[in-house]
Amino acid sequence: MTGQAHTGRPRRMLRNLSSKIASIPMMLTAVVIFLGGTIWTVVYSFTNSKLLPRAKFVGLDQYERLWDAPRWIVSIQNLAIYGVFSLVFSLVIGFVLAALMDQKIRFENTFRTIFLYPFALSFIVTGLVWQWILNPEFGVQSVVRALGWESFTFDPLYNARIVIYGVLIAGLWQGTGLVMCLLLAGLRGIDEDIWKAARVDGIPMWKTYVFIVIPMMRPVFITTLVIIASGIVKVYDLVVAQTSGGPGIASEVPAKYVYDYMFLAQNLGQGFAASTMMLVTVAIIIVPWAYLEFGGRKRA
Amino acid sequence: MKIRSMTAVLAATVVLPLAAAHATDLEVTHWWTSGGEAAAVAELAKAFDATGNKWIDGAIAGSGGTARPIMISRITGGDPMGATQFNHGRQAEELVEAGLMRDLTDVATRENWKEVIKPASLLDSCTIDGKIYCAPVNIHSWQWLWLSNAAFEKAGVAVPKNWDEFVAAAPALEKAGIVPLAVGGQAWQAAGAFDVLMVAIAGKDTFYKVFKDKDDTVAAGPEIAKVFKAADDARRMSKGTNVQDWNQATNMVITGKAGGQIMGDWAQGEFALAGKVAGKDYTCLPGLGVNEIISTGGDAFYFPLLKDEEKAKAQEALASTLLAPATQVAFNLKKGSLPVRGDVDLAAANDCMKKGLDILAKGNVIEGTDQLLSADSQKQKEDLFSEFFANPGMTPEDAQKRFVDIIASAD
Repeated sequence: MTGQAHTGRPRRMLRNLSSKIASIPMMLTAVVIFLGGTIWTVVYSFTNSKLLPRAKFVGLDQYERLWDAPRWIVSIQNLAIYGVFSLVFSLVIGFVLAALMDQKIRFENTFRTIFLYPFALSFIVTGLVWQWILNPEFGVQSVVRALGWESFTFDPLYNARIVIYGVLIAGLWQGTGLVMCLLLAGLRGIDEDIWKAARVDGIPMWKTYVFIVIPMMRPVFITTLVIIASGIVKVYDLVVAQTSGGPGIASEVPAKYVYDYMFLAQNLGQGFAASTMMLVTVAIIIVPWAYLEFGGRKRA
Repeated sequence: MKIRSMTAVLAATVVLPLAAAHATDLEVTHWWTSGGEAAAVAELAKAFDATGNKWIDGAIAGSGGTARPIMISRITGGDPMGATQFNHGRQAEELVEAGLMRDLTDVATRENWKEVIKPASLLDSCTIDGKIYCAPVNIHSWQWLWLSNAAFEKAGVAVPKNWDEFVAAAPALEKAGIVPLAVGGQAWQAAGAFDVLMVAIAGKDTFYKVFKDKDDTVAAGPEIAKVFKAADDARRMSKGTNVQDWNQATNMVITGKAGGQIMGDWAQGEFALAGKVAGKDYTCLPGLGVNEIISTGGDAFYFPLLKDEEKAKAQEALASTLLAPATQVAFNLKKGSLPVRGDVDLAAANDCMKKGLDILAKGNVIEGTDQLLSADSQKQKEDLFSEFFANPGMTPEDAQKRFVDIIASAD
């Protein structure tokens, strides 16, 4: 995705020759499978392929149908909501947890393990667990009601308007631990002397974090961002396990649309068009960012 | 020690399938995994094993939606099984057109399928360009309303005899804390219920005009508007179902938590499994008690083209076994479906199955929507109706407009 900047000077090409030779298989895989597969998909998204791919081109028909489909629109909206909130919350919660862990607390290892544990579970398991927890019949709602608060209502998975937040809760529970660990590693990489200097200058702790430490952790943040973002775009199994897109079509996501139309509806063309749109969305976000990140540095 | 025994086990699991792979073994994939279904499949396996071949069971759990993509990718990916279940209709159409399926015309002519298979539309669905590509095994009809007698007793109203009475009884059921109509959350259930309402309320001709001729003016017309009105009633009555799977919804009817359910005759297996008696504990209304017509969708077996001659012979043996009268009776009694042959005797059938057989004998049948519409249109319909049933804010008029679009673009 990130695309290394190649300088292309012959002197540099020959340096580390053996390691370059060793990476040829991976490069071939990347070019043939990823790039080739992508191009093939985009080309066939302009055809009316049904169960089997066939090269009968129909122009933009598949895309017109895609953007007319209410389910696709709902999917895109859900992805936007899920994406923004999961990005913001997992970074904020993850960073706060990491900062708290960094205070030389006792039992740090234990806490770290607890917070990271959900990440060891697959999205399918996470989805099922949270489906049960959020089920009004025997989950949170029934527990609170049993404690005496009879009118308490909390059933996000059965309410079309807020169902995507129910999915979001599960996603955050699963993913925040990893973010915390990555950021904690970043915090540990900050030189102790910087903290000492800040303390000597009498800068309050939160200011040290916001204005000194966080800017210094930029590379870690970028890594984290890429990991979170790729998780967001491909979210699928969580929704399948938790709501299977319901109630109705209220928690559909683009990846599920792609799968359903490619395999259940036996309409490859439509599925390819949808996956191409997903690629375009990612490209729209990645390209300007990559330009700023890498293009800018070269000029400087 | 432990590791050694584990490797032994691992090795055994690798060796066993290899050792078992004789020339006449045939792997058969299907999605029949619930209790009653598995018992029915065992009958097929028994009959096939009796021919000297061996049935290798390839059950795929998780209903047709999960199983079909796996089957299709195995066939297109060059790892075909010996035989596989599909719903007869258009699901395997393109696989046949791509030349991936065995032509069964020889077996069919030899065994006179054209004469014995009733109704003829079943075989028509297997026929492409005059050649027969599948063996139908059963008839499943969608057009049934299952009612819990206990629920109506509790609500203090008589068990309805048709859809209108049922709608009228809904407030009494609700007052008694019973969900009038159970509709599970899976998309196909909502879409299926709508098709049933369409046959019952708008009748056979309109049904065919919309789904066979894809006439979008009829789809936009007043007849279909009435169907959407009924679907609106059904939506209101289904509020509070909160279950996903069809059998969980059926279970609500069995336990009297729900008044009724619109579901195909496969629901009968659940009632039987729970030890309920037709007529006493539950009531079944074919065609919703309005229009006694049943659709004749169902299951069929397709046989991928294999290079191995021995296996090809075994495939033909399986095809003829599936349609043998004895197999038909044994299988369908367990499955709760109707046999595809008109000439077998189902004396052991229960009340509801007998009603179905009667209607079949009278010829009041229509083709199922799987036979009439492509998987693509079916999926679009599912999307529409699952949204409609879950979202009370969507008016019947809006839904009808979208329905017209789907019909207009159907192929």
